[in-house]
Amino acid sequence: MTNYVIEVEGVTKSYGGVVANQSISMKVPDGKITGLIGPNGSGKTTLFNSIVGYHPIDEGSIKFKGQEISSLRVPQIARLGLLRTFQQTRIYSNMNCIENMLISVPHRKMGFADMFGEREDKATMEEVERLLDFVGLYEKRRLRSGDLSFGQQKLLEFAMALMNKPEVLLLDEPTAGINPTLINGLIDRLRRANEEFGITLFVIEHNMRVIMNMAESIYCLAHGEMLAHGSPDEIQNDQRVIDAYLGAH
Amino acid sequence: MNKNFSFKLHFPILVFGIAAPFLFPGLQLQFATLWVMVLFALTWDIMGGQMGYNSLGNIFFFGVGMYTSVLFQVGQFAEIGAYTAAHGGDSFTFTNAEYYQGLVIGIIMSGVVAAITAALLGWTVFGLRGPYFAIGTLGMAIAAGELMGTWEWVGAGSGISVPVFPGSAYARSLLFYFLCFGAAVLTFVAVQWIYKTRFGLAVNAIRDDEEKAEAMGIHTLRYKTVAWSISAFFVGISGALFGNITGIIEPLEVAFPTVTFGIFMVAMTLLGGKGTLWGPVLGAILFHTLKEVTWTYFLGWQWVALGVLIIVNVVFFQQGIMGWLMEKFPEKFGIVVENKEATR
Ligand SMILES: Nc1ncnc2c1ncn2[C@@H]1O[C@H](COP(=O)(O)OP(=O)(O)OP(=O)(O)O)[C@@H](O)[C@H]1O
Ligand SMILES: [Mg+2]
Repeated sequence: MTNYVIEVEGVTKSYGGVVANQSISMKVPDGKITGLIGPNGSGKTTLFNSIVGYHPIDEGSIKFKGQEISSLRVPQIARLGLLRTFQQTRIYSNMNCIENMLISVPHRKMGFADMFGEREDKATMEEVERLLDFVGLYEKRRLRSGDLSFGQQKLLEFAMALMNKPEVLLLDEPTAGINPTLINGLIDRLRRANEEFGITLFVIEHNMRVIMNMAESIYCLAHGEMLAHGSPDEIQNDQRVIDAYLGAH
Repeated sequence: MNKNFSFKLHFPILVFGIAAPFLFPGLQLQFATLWVMVLFALTWDIMGGQMGYNSLGNIFFFGVGMYTSVLFQVGQFAEIGAYTAAHGGDSFTFTNAEYYQGLVIGIIMSGVVAAITAALLGWTVFGLRGPYFAIGTLGMAIAAGELMGTWEWVGAGSGISVPVFPGSAYARSLLFYFLCFGAAVLTFVAVQWIYKTRFGLAVNAIRDDEEKAEAMGIHTLRYKTVAWSISAFFVGISGALFGNITGIIEPLEVAFPTVTFGIFMVAMTLLGGKGTLWGPVLGAILFHTLKEVTWTYFLGWQWVALGVLIIVNVVFFQQGIMGWLMEKFPEKFGIVVENKEATR
């Protein structure tokens, strides 16, 4: 029996008159890589925002490991181990890479006294250096992160997410703006994050080669509604998906 | 921060701080004020520089500390209402023991009450961001001054006087000089320590991108509240000391001086370089020295001089002294590309 870490049930979210998500239901299986595709403005980022508690939803239910989380706030959900990256990369730009990583440690068990706790203990520093090495930023680690290139900032954001040891990671277009050779490296790293660290991935992606390669199952949104769900093959050959998104080849 | 650089500054400042009241006996209270300015800038920077919350109302805690202290200094031994009705000091006498017990408890409580007030207010003002936070906190400080001015029990607009020091004027100056110096040193040590812990990183993260910090699970409200409380704690203590130096606590000019001390806090920090450890210290020393010099030699032009300084600072020199040094000599601050061979 498959275990689902995220269960979204009949979620609706509208901005004023715009219905960005219309009774969406979907599930993310534990330990797998799941994809989310759809045309621009189809409501993918909105769905991510709903899941992580960024805004209240109008209707429906969102469960993380069986627990209803639709009324929790962003930091609370993050501390449960459900993390997201942003479509517009977000890092702490005036801090260097090491500092960005150090403050990204899990905050799950932090009590009041931990606010003034040691931040650079040996184990944490080793983890920081290992992960910066993993994304190829080791040499730049003392530079101000805001001075890194766009792609490097994306890699840093990904490393920060790994530093947080999430159970589930929602990635909003991880390969957007990254050059083709680096994309291959990134796919490889995402896979390894999934296989070696056991992190469940839920990925929004416009690059079909990437998502078809990585994901075991894919959801497709269009006009705020769930259009289709299936394996990469099924999605690629689904006439509705071709019409709405992929286009005829 | 470069260790060498820190030490080069620590030492002469400590020596100067201890020697100054004996070298310049006529200027003890001016120097006491200098240390209060250093404390102001350091505490403002916790919020404004390190955390990115530009409060214009931190002077509020100065007044809170000042009133708290005097109420504890008097209230332990006399009925406050009767004391203020009789216009304080002269008609009530305190024994030496009463005076010093009152002073110690007053100073401690001023910090504690200011910190608790900050924590309680934090729940409401931290809903405000950017300019709204600045104006909201400013409004709070102004309102506090006006409210205290209508409260008869604490002397209303005519104020309340602090217990009279039981000794010579020289001993009084010396005592309060060293209390102010000690408070500034304590503030510096505390601030230096917290920035080295996880706290420093967390408030910097909030400054750079609070939404990201929330999305990463950081207890943002907890950090913000504690940052403000720490800031308020030390400002509260400085209020207690300054009230005792002034002698009479009047709400608008002495306890809640929003347009002078309240603005100086910000100006001094910007001058020295916000978001750095030493910037506020250097900024405060420079600003206060300039202010005292213009007050002495260019009376009538002093506000113009300070205004020009502030304008030059924010228009041409936004990064401040420390920020400029960091741009000029990044390697000295550890901003370098290092490959593995060199370090492993
Ligand atoms: N904060 C907001 N306020 C108002 N409308 C919004 C807001 N965020 C999204 N929308 C609207 O909701 C719809 C869905 O937007 P969303 O960002 O979820 O799309 P998306 O699928 O992520 O698109 P893309 O592929 O371009 O990132 C769009 O019509 C958008 O204009
Ligand atoms: Mg999007």
